[in-house]
Amino acid sequence: MLRLANIWVEYGEKVVLERISLDIAAGSFVSIIGPSGAGKSSLLRVILGQERPSRGTITLDGAPLPPECGPDRGVVFQRYSVFPHLTVLGNVLLGLEFSASPLTARLFGSARRAAVAEAAAMLEQVGLADAKDLYPAQMSGGMQQRLAIAQALIKRPRILLLDEPFGALDPGIRADMHALITRLWREHRLTVIMVTHDIKEAFSLGTRVLTLDKRRHDPHAPHRYGAGVVYDLALTRKRAADDLEDRAGITIDTKVNT
Amino acid sequence: MRWVTANPGRRGSLLLGAVPLLVLALAYVVAAAARHADNPADKILPLPGAMAAAMAGLLFEPDPLSGQYLFWADTIASLWRLGLGLGIATTAALLVGLALGALPPVRAGFGPLVIAIAVIPPIALLPILFIVFGLGETAKVALIVVGVAPFMIRDVAGHIGALPREQVIKALTLGANSWGVVLRVALPQALPRLFEALRLSLGPAWVFLISAEAIAADVGLGYRIFLVRRYLAMDVILPYVAWIALLAVAMDFVLARASRRLFGWAH
Repeated sequence: MLRLANIWVEYGEKVVLERISLDIAAGSFVSIIGPSGAGKSSLLRVILGQERPSRGTITLDGAPLPPECGPDRGVVFQRYSVFPHLTVLGNVLLGLEFSASPLTARLFGSARRAAVAEAAAMLEQVGLADAKDLYPAQMSGGMQQRLAIAQALIKRPRILLLDEPFGALDPGIRADMHALITRLWREHRLTVIMVTHDIKEAFSLGTRVLTLDKRRHDPHAPHRYGAGVVYDLALTRKRAADDLEDRAGITIDTKVNT
Repeated sequence: MRWVTANPGRRGSLLLGAVPLLVLALAYVVAAAARHADNPADKILPLPGAMAAAMAGLLFEPDPLSGQYLFWADTIASLWRLGLGLGIATTAALLVGLALGALPPVRAGFGPLVIAIAVIPPIALLPILFIVFGLGETAKVALIVVGVAPFMIRDVAGHIGALPREQVIKALTLGANSWGVVLRVALPQALPRLFEALRLSLGPAWVFLISAEAIAADVGLGYRIFLVRRYLAMDVILPYVAWIALLAVAMDFVLARASRRLFGWAH
């Protein structure tokens, strides 16, 4: 579905990524790992459209992907993914409001009621139904990330990009979030690309794990060579995911599910 | 108990805050009484009774020349100038600050101009304002605008410019265009900062108002103070200064309360 052909990212002399060629199938959950500075986030930014690669092309279903952020690619960052001035409901509504009325970016009357119902249903799915009138500052980090995921999913993006989404959370909360994202990935048939530092997380969530690192290293000019994909492992995900859901049987997410 | 962790509580804070004010008032009365014991006609430190008598004339008796109640005429004229100047400055700060902060090309184009204007001491522009706008109301209002708007613009623009990049990216992935980002992401987050900038600008705005009124006016709190200075009328000057302080504190209080009420998420 998503094809990267010979992507290079260079900042002046410094080569960050070189010769990245990937085919990402619809419905896959791709984890990207690698040491700090290996260009994991750069790759994510290129796919997101926040940055333009210096060479190479990206196509989505054969059509070149515009080098701009748009509603076909949703994103959840490690921090600052939600808007502090909007309530939980307002944060989720925002995506519906932007597309419905480009001039006022607001909805009124029956259109608004329909959007509120849709947003409420999405909040139900991530287990935030009771928190819809809270502001993000009143919520824990885990709840904020749930909100960020709901906010991104309401746009039904083709690809969901996660940039270390669970990096700042406690281990217990992180397990809940793993179960949540797995369930949403299945139910919404999402294509997910996740950058993470946590190797265990990469393997337990992903159907495919990519490792970025430098293939060559020049000690006198470390910036001369960029990182590429050094390992590309396809995993048989099913069993691992089932395990995960079983283990998460007592968390809120599963309660919401039933 | 350690000083750095001591919490005086709500009543304790009120009490502690009132003590220095009362001590100051008491010290004044003692000093005034001492001077009057030496010289009953002393004008430099008038006794409270003399101040009350002088102010009663301005408050409750119409001026024989103009037929106006001078204190109220002064207050209304000054507040009108201040309100108009701050209103224009606030509107400018919101519009220009938002554009500068949220739109990098606008920042590149007009940022240096705003900085250049901001570094000019406003009082140095007062002669130009008098020449251009005459000695009427416009020049006084313009001085307040020129004095506080650049600071407010830079403050709002800086705040919006420093919003996490992730917020803009996120809004774009939610289907926003540039206008949508300005309207739904930048504007609501600029408003509490604007209130804060307005509160901080109250002090300078009063300085510019009093300066303009001192130089050219025929009514206004600043005009009156500088007029009666010729007669060493401390019995009018001191209550006027206290009244100005009271007005400034009241405005600050109202703005702080309004901001808390309107933008609870930011506090």
